[in-house]
Amino acid sequence: MANQDRPNPYFRNLNAKVAATPMILTTMIVFVGCSLWTVIYSFSASRALPVNEFVGFAQYERLFNTSRWNKSVENIAFYGIFSLVFSLVVGFVLAAFMDQKIRFENTFRTIYLYPFALSFIVTGVVWQWILNPTLGLQEAVRSLGWESFTFDLIADRDTVIYALLIAGIWQGTGFVMALMLAGLRAVDDEIWKAARVDGIPKWKTYIFVVIPMMRGVFITTLVIIASGIVRLYDLVVAMTAGGPGIASEVPAKYVYDFMFARANVGQALAASTVMLTTVLIILIPWIYLEYGKKKKG
Amino acid sequence: MTTMEAIGPRPKRILDPTRIMIYSVLIVAALYYLLPLYVMIMTSLKGMPEIRLGNIFSPPVEVTFEPWIKAWDTACTGLYCEGLKVGFWNSVQILIPSVIISIAIASVNGYALSFWRFRGAEVFFTILIFGSFIPYQVMLYPLVIITRELGIFGSLAGVIFIHTIFGMPILTLLFRNYFASLPQELFKAARVDGAGFWGVFLKIMVPMSPPIFVVAIILQVTGIWNDFLFGVIFAGTKNFPMTVQLNNIVNTTQGVKEYNVNMAATILTGGVPLLIYFLSGKYFVRGIAAGAVKG
Repeated sequence: MANQDRPNPYFRNLNAKVAATPMILTTMIVFVGCSLWTVIYSFSASRALPVNEFVGFAQYERLFNTSRWNKSVENIAFYGIFSLVFSLVVGFVLAAFMDQKIRFENTFRTIYLYPFALSFIVTGVVWQWILNPTLGLQEAVRSLGWESFTFDLIADRDTVIYALLIAGIWQGTGFVMALMLAGLRAVDDEIWKAARVDGIPKWKTYIFVVIPMMRGVFITTLVIIASGIVRLYDLVVAMTAGGPGIASEVPAKYVYDFMFARANVGQALAASTVMLTTVLIILIPWIYLEYGKKKKG
Repeated sequence: MTTMEAIGPRPKRILDPTRIMIYSVLIVAALYYLLPLYVMIMTSLKGMPEIRLGNIFSPPVEVTFEPWIKAWDTACTGLYCEGLKVGFWNSVQILIPSVIISIAIASVNGYALSFWRFRGAEVFFTILIFGSFIPYQVMLYPLVIITRELGIFGSLAGVIFIHTIFGMPILTLLFRNYFASLPQELFKAARVDGAGFWGVFLKIMVPMSPPIFVVAIILQVTGIWNDFLFGVIFAGTKNFPMTVQLNNIVNTTQGVKEYNVNMAATILTGGVPLLIYFLSGKYFVRGIAAGAVKG
């Protein structure tokens, strides 16, 4: 960074420091302070209110012995992997197709991206209706004459997670497509010319040249959607409320329910600390990559 | 919206099998994306007897606007039957101050970070950006305590406060990157002419930045309107935003389910961000890309 003359570091830029006070307070009190508070009190015996009685890993032991929590973790892992792979692959393919100088590009983009402008509550409610087993898609197909057609994802404990996936992917893939398209547009035209001169087929150029070049875009997209997946909450509330039974529970909902509905703050804080740890596992390699890149530049 | 690109394919390329494949995939994908919107609109215009016949894809035989009126005016959310209009006005009351305050603070942050770098500024900025990846659930309980101590828990002020905090990372990033792209000479010239911190900001930077303010407004309006978690926790029962009310209307356990009213309520709730999206196409794309492109 700029390492110029700095006569008196404390009074220099006083106005700027005053103006940046809200930012400093937010980072220190909310992002650092509140997170630390949560981590520390996750080791306490807190029930309805936080208490200063520390009990080591007891909350975590209880947490990982709770079938609802284990189901939540299993669900978010499954949902996370599927939606990451699917939205990256489909998002990239759509972007690559959009990049072929097609007509009506703006129309297509507008259509793919509009779900992203909607609330997860709206998305959840709409898909809940479409997947409604008695009056939705299943019944519509049956009324066409295919009497045995079964598509009751949302009512079945084993398949309800796919219902969430359909809705989540509907909402998120357009966003991935937009980021990928921006990445593709940033690829130098010379690359394409060189590939054409060498007679390399387009698909090969994509796989062996363009995708490796877009590594940064892929990683950034991955980090953004992965950290969004960890906090998945609204969609589940609106679409399945965690049901049938506990079949579609997710960690963020566990935290909310134990914090506000069940008055078991200790469990909620332990669960949110696990969520924080998961995000750090995603983030730390990324931070390394980012800083590595900056040093080179 | 933007105009179409002037590069038309040569006539013979239209029949190229690759092109046909590309267009088919794009069109099938487009149909999948449009299907829920279509179903929402069709269902909201049908009467319940027609819905019970069980084809959600068929257009209404008899168009009725009754569900829309009911959704807006008399639909029940638990105990009250005053419709979504209550939530709509609550959302408006949450939205306007949140958007103004968060953008005011973040634009000054971005400006200070681009032109008045003080010691430690980059550290705070880095924490701010990485902090935006921390799941909200981690900070919820301490924030409940903080807002309660401040006396704003369960009020409009409480939820506005929370939106201002969580809007700060992305907005600060947006403004910082924009201001950093402006020529330094401009800043230096204004300084030579004697303008101070606020003078440069209000007289030079703000007038030069309408596009980025538009992007920030779009980002915040859609983000805050679509929020559910903060509204349900911090706003208090009487200030529940529209998304919370929609969820209460649809997922209420009492009474007969009126799918047409639910769908009308859904369109009404999604209407505000959708309208902004359709009117502001490229700014919206710029806003979401801002999250991915770091400076």
